[in-house]
Amino acid sequence: MKEISELIFPDDLRYSDDHEWVSKADEVVRVGISDYAQDQLGDIVFVELPDVGETFEKGQEFGTVESVKAVSELYMPVGGEITAINAALEDGPELVNNAPYSGGWMVEVRMQDPAEYDALKDRQAYLEMLKG
Amino acid sequence: MRYLPQTHEDIEKMLQVVGVDSLEDLFSSIPADCRRKEALNLPEALTEWELNRHMEDAAGTMGSAPGYKVFLGAGSYNHHIPEIVRQLLNRSEVYTAYTPYQPEISQGTLQAIYEYQTLVSRLLGMEVTNASMYDGASALAEALLMAVRVSRRRKVAVSRAVHPLYRRVVQTYFAPTGYEVTEIPFQPDGRTDLARLDNLDELAAVAVQSPNFFGCIEDLEAVGARVHSDDKTLFVTAFSEPIAYGILKRPGDCGADIACGEGQSFGIPQSFGGPGLGMFTSLKKYVRNMPGRLIGKTVDREGRTGFVLTLATREQHIRRERATSNICSNQGLCATAAVMYMAALGGTGIRELAQLNHDKAAYLKSALQAAGLAAPFQAPVFNEFVVKFPPGFKDTHAQLLEKKIVAGLPLAPYYPELEDHYLFCATETATREDMDALIKEVIR
Repeated sequence: MKEISELIFPDDLRYSDDHEWVSKADEVVRVGISDYAQDQLGDIVFVELPDVGETFEKGQEFGTVESVKAVSELYMPVGGEITAINAALEDGPELVNNAPYSGGWMVEVRMQDPAEYDALKDRQAYLEMLKG
Repeated sequence: MRYLPQTHEDIEKMLQVVGVDSLEDLFSSIPADCRRKEALNLPEALTEWELNRHMEDAAGTMGSAPGYKVFLGAGSYNHHIPEIVRQLLNRSEVYTAYTPYQPEISQGTLQAIYEYQTLVSRLLGMEVTNASMYDGASALAEALLMAVRVSRRRKVAVSRAVHPLYRRVVQTYFAPTGYEVTEIPFQPDGRTDLARLDNLDELAAVAVQSPNFFGCIEDLEAVGARVHSDDKTLFVTAFSEPIAYGILKRPGDCGADIACGEGQSFGIPQSFGGPGLGMFTSLKKYVRNMPGRLIGKTVDREGRTGFVLTLATREQHIRRERATSNICSNQGLCATAAVMYMAALGGTGIRELAQLNHDKAAYLKSALQAAGLAAPFQAPVFNEFVVKFPPGFKDTHAQLLEKKIVAGLPLAPYYPELEDHYLFCATETATREDMDALIKEVIR
């Protein structure tokens, strides 16, 4: 595992306490897991995602990510309807390790409440949480 | 692997290494009120002579084959076990119920389970088989829970022609979950009544057994087609007599999503009802929702073939309360017996054995019919079938037991509407003389 200083946390993303990142385009946001989360999990071998059209509240489990040593739940950083899933992860789960913020994205969500996005941590606040 | 208890000297040495004076000290961190103070309530130890005598007396009180002529199946079958299975199973390398999973020391055990998985997959025409479950009943319950996970629906439908005790175990597993179990009635011909299957769009799974509890062979293809008219409902097929798949069309070829059941027929003695062997198979796309353990084939870093526990990250010891199932074990010894049995018979042997079972039962059934008795269910059967006797057969049944003949299983305790109906079984172990003697007795 890497030192926190070696990990990458882009400035233009928001982060949840459960280590998901959220990128904002419009009312539809893209969600994945942070560089820290993928580094903690190790080699990812499987990503289980919901169906397009399903709706989840903020904090609800929407899938799982399985590495060679553990299975972890994925939690919605914001509530809303799933509008797209990253089908490339089915055959290429290692994308989450190699490119957590680009090719390794997981779902797109049409947000119910933009205030939930605003309540997420920015890079600085997330880094402070990681450093404890 | 040997499993030997420690001697007093071993324990003394270990205590010294740990740095405590006694076992009492070692366990001192366990609260006193959680520990038993008085001795266990056990009888005095017996000498070897006394123990042999005691066990012989106990065995003498049981009615079992071959001393009794047993025309009874209903989930536990009297089959010939090839001597080679008994001999191999008694070898110290395999004769332990404890399954050591560490790949460094257990390549033989792991390979045996891998071969078991392969042969069961082929027998049932399915893509993946787990390392086994406890028995047929718990395998069915786990199959239905798996269907709930896969489909994310909360209701399952089980045919009333599924073994009544399997259904009871399903109820036990489901009671605390809040998921609902409904039952599908059977038709006058003894098979599941598909016309009574409705609200498919609410169902996680539809489960039928074939051959079913009445011995009738279900039309699995027709059931499968009906179930799959909804794209989310899983088709679960169960069985209590896997020998049937030596000649029947395989569940996998009939659209089964999960095929599971009891493997006792494959080289495991009846042993007064247990232990059994839960066979559990599914499709590769569902493998991450399968309960139990799975042995995989891989290569080590020098490129040599090896066998290893796989997908263990979904199990209870790692994933705790979020595990796919609470089973963290399997029936290692029974699965090993089953793979030895299947390998000893081979594909041709199992086919011939299945044909023989079918033919023996067909002989007994037609002879009982020729003697004037009714066989109410018209559907084709494998090695079991239902006979309806005139009222009062109960007494004859009891008298035959005195003569060491077990003349079938009365169905009324399980199906109140089937008063005077008895379930009969004839496997390859039933001789023509035994069957003719039975017929003579029951028509007196």
